[in-house]
Amino acid sequence: MNHATDLPLWAALVVSFFVLLGAGLTLIGAIGLVRLKTFYDRIHAPSLGATWGTGGILLGSILLFSVLQSRLVVHEVLIAVFVTVTTPVTLMLLGRAALYRDRSENTADLPPPLRTEGETKSGDAI
Amino acid sequence: MSATILSWSLLVALILLGLAMVVAAFRMMRGPRAQDRIVAFDAFYVNAMLLLLVFGMRTGSTLYFEAALVIALLGFVATLALAKFLMRGEIIE
Repeated sequence: MNHATDLPLWAALVVSFFVLLGAGLTLIGAIGLVRLKTFYDRIHAPSLGATWGTGGILLGSILLFSVLQSRLVVHEVLIAVFVTVTTPVTLMLLGRAALYRDRSENTADLPPPLRTEGETKSGDAI
Repeated sequence: MSATILSWSLLVALILLGLAMVVAAFRMMRGPRAQDRIVAFDAFYVNAMLLLLVFGMRTGSTLYFEAALVIALLGFVATLALAKFLMRGEIIE
C-alpha cells in the first residue's frame, strides 16, 4: 500500500465505504443463491452483485485512482455500462430457457401461468 | 493513517468477495439442474471480476482493470451460449 500514503483521509473513508458496500452486497447475493428454494427465486439473487456490488466497487475505484493521479480516471465506466447492459439479457434468456425446459417436463416447481385480461386459456406463450 | 484504513478495508472486501466466490462455486457443484449451475457460473465470474478490481486497487496498478474487462466480456458470451444451448440444444441455428 505504498502508493496510498499521500491519500487524504476523507477519500480513504469514502473509498472504503463504497468498496465494503459493494463487496457486502455481492456476498449477500451469493448467499441468496444458496439459501433460496426454487430456481425462479434463485435467479434474482446474483443480480444484487451485478448492480450495486459492481457499482460500489467501481465508484470506489474511480474515486481512488482519480484522487491518486489528480485527474479524472473514468475507464471503469466501461465495465459498469457493459455489466448493466448484459446482465438483464443473460438472465432473461436463462429464465426463458428454464421455463421452456420445466414446461416440457412438467416439473413440480413450475410458476403459475400469467393471466391477462379477457383470456380464458393462458400459459401457452413462453 | 489513510493508507492503513484503505489497506484493511480492501483486505476485508477481498475476503468477502472470496467467500462469495466459494458460495457460488458450491451452488455450481451442487445445483440440481443445469440452469442452476449456469446462474451460479454467472455469479461466479462477476465475483471474480470484482475480486480482480479490488486487487488492482490494492496494488495501485491498472493492469488488473483490463483483465476484469476481459472476464466481463468473455463471461457474458459464455453464459449466453450456455443459455441458448439449454433452450434449443444448439448454439448457432
